Amino acid sequence: MSRFARLSQLLSPLVAVAASFLVGGLVVVAIGENPFHIYAILFRGAFGSVDAIGLVLFNAVPLIFTGLAVAFAFRAGLFNIGGEGQLYIGAFVCTLAGLAFGGLPALVLIPLLILASAAGGALWAAVPGFLKARFGVHEVINTIMMNFIAVGLTSYFVINMLREPGQMTPQTSEIAFAGHLPRLADSLSLIGIPLPQANPLNFSLVLALGAVLLAWYILYRTTLGYEIRAVGMNAKAAEYAGINVRRTLVMAMVLSGAFAGLVATNEIMGFRHRFLDNFSSGLGFMGIAVALLGKNTPLGVLLAALLFAVLNTGALEIDIFTDVPRELILVLQAVTIILVVVGNEVFARRVAAREGRAAGVPLPVTEASGETK
Amino acid sequence: MFELAVLDSALRMATPLILASLGGLFSERSGVVNIALEGILLTGAFASIVATYYTGNPWAGVFAGVFAGVLISLIHAIVSIVFKADQIVSGVAINLLAMGLTQFLTWIVWGSSANSPSVQGMAHWSLPEIWGPVARGVNVVISHYPPLVYVALILVAVSHVVLFRTPFGLRLRATGEHPEAVDTLGVSVHAMRFAGVLLSGAFAGLGGAFLALNTHQFVKNMSAGRGFIALAAMIFGKWSPGGALAACLLFGYAEAVQMGFQGQAVPTQFVQMIPYVLTMVALVGVIGRARPPAAIGKPY
Repeated sequence: MSRFARLSQLLSPLVAVAASFLVGGLVVVAIGENPFHIYAILFRGAFGSVDAIGLVLFNAVPLIFTGLAVAFAFRAGLFNIGGEGQLYIGAFVCTLAGLAFGGLPALVLIPLLILASAAGGALWAAVPGFLKARFGVHEVINTIMMNFIAVGLTSYFVINMLREPGQMTPQTSEIAFAGHLPRLADSLSLIGIPLPQANPLNFSLVLALGAVLLAWYILYRTTLGYEIRAVGMNAKAAEYAGINVRRTLVMAMVLSGAFAGLVATNEIMGFRHRFLDNFSSGLGFMGIAVALLGKNTPLGVLLAALLFAVLNTGALEIDIFTDVPRELILVLQAVTIILVVVGNEVFARRVAAREGRAAGVPLPVTEASGETK
Repeated sequence: MFELAVLDSALRMATPLILASLGGLFSERSGVVNIALEGILLTGAFASIVATYYTGNPWAGVFAGVFAGVLISLIHAIVSIVFKADQIVSGVAINLLAMGLTQFLTWIVWGSSANSPSVQGMAHWSLPEIWGPVARGVNVVISHYPPLVYVALILVAVSHVVLFRTPFGLRLRATGEHPEAVDTLGVSVHAMRFAGVLLSGAFAGLGGAFLALNTHQFVKNMSAGRGFIALAAMIFGKWSPGGALAACLLFGYAEAVQMGFQGQAVPTQFVQMIPYVLTMVALVGVIGRARPPAAIGKPY
């Protein structure tokens, strides 16, 4: 990759974010408010205190997992829109295990529940992966359908069979205490960071950072990762090179689903300690946005998840302290994605045109997106 | 389970699905995936209530719904046809944009980000009674449902004719199957795809207008996955208007039954899952393979 190409990789998300803030600012002006004031409150809400920063990190954790899920599958050329369903199943399996194996010591139960979370998500993602590999059915439709099926199934079991006795809320009982991931407040106060006890930030953050490393390691340091990237770049060429494309597709989906399932480590093991019907409200879908903004690289996902968490956390403050509704942030995020998408294509074409010139080959502009025809 | 009341409400439930899936059909037949149907429905619903609220005329709401649907699908067209960006990504972004924008604007217009006040619904069609027994006979048919139910059914037939019996339809389908051939014959692939995507916006916008006017108000996220069910219906109906109609009626029926059985022996969640499971089964080919247009999803 040329230096210009590398630079544009970095540039298009940054330009998109800056431009969306500009658009958001114009919207704020249009409704007669001061954008600088609104943005100041947004960032105060996200960075104004240790508590706020802890909240940002807490909100970033599920986005890191779902962002990794989308990015990982994308590297194999698969579009996993099923993060939402996969995280529901992961959370459900995690909760079931947490309710069933209450007698185990924490040292055994915590790893077991982490595995259960990943396994649940992996299982749910394996189905569209298999259908793609075996029957050639496009994974987008199947993952969308399976999102709804996952929500329906978990909802049925939680409401009709696992509901906490004597409760109206559609939620299960609390999982065994040994399965709770400890909060970070105590550990951080040991090193002098005064995170309030009530802050929900927990050890799932460490797992999320580990997952970023793991995704990077698998993609760039293992045979499977090489095969995934090869299939994603050109499935036919990969096949001629002797790669088992079908197996690789299924594996990519399985690992992608596992990342999505790990959301449960934050939501169930670290925070709620129980399965609440419909708890996610779109974490899986935000993962798509995070992966796009992060250019489908593990490090990019981490940064994009942090940005989105800053926006989501600051949005609450905007809601409380200004006359602007927090939905402004949703608009901001959507505009960011659209601009990133457009920006990627524009930069890709410029890179192709430049490299084409450098090589003395005049490339037609339409060929630049790589997938033309 | 087969009482008239259930069948009756099945058709009402199916109407927004029918309109949205016809929309999806035009877009996908031209080779552009449109998972933004959900967002377009929502936008159409919102715009129709705003216009009805200010004019007091639900038909103004209908036009506003269609117009807003076309506008938001224009974004999809520009991003995915002109900029050749990934169509699924663009669709996801538009769904997110529609969700945020409608809630944001609901707050701007009515000071609440949850729902709008109640507006006037659509009057049913009817001929004056003084025209005698013929008018009364006609009224039995045409005044039973809100007007857009009939419009939706007529549009199914119109869509079929347009897609399969007109040069435009032939070109549209050819663009979705083999854009190079269309290009070679001097027909603009971009123009055909713009037409397909904007038509999908108009249809889904109309579907949104029906959805909102039928409940007399806008409620945040009121599309509630119907755009995806419409997408499923389109696939289950094998990318044809008649098939989509049949699928929508089936899914509408499932929804109506589920409402009738609320809190009873049949678990509503399982009834709700029917469209999704059937679609997956249809794609795998157990009941005759559903095959998408060949060039779908590929920018040109």
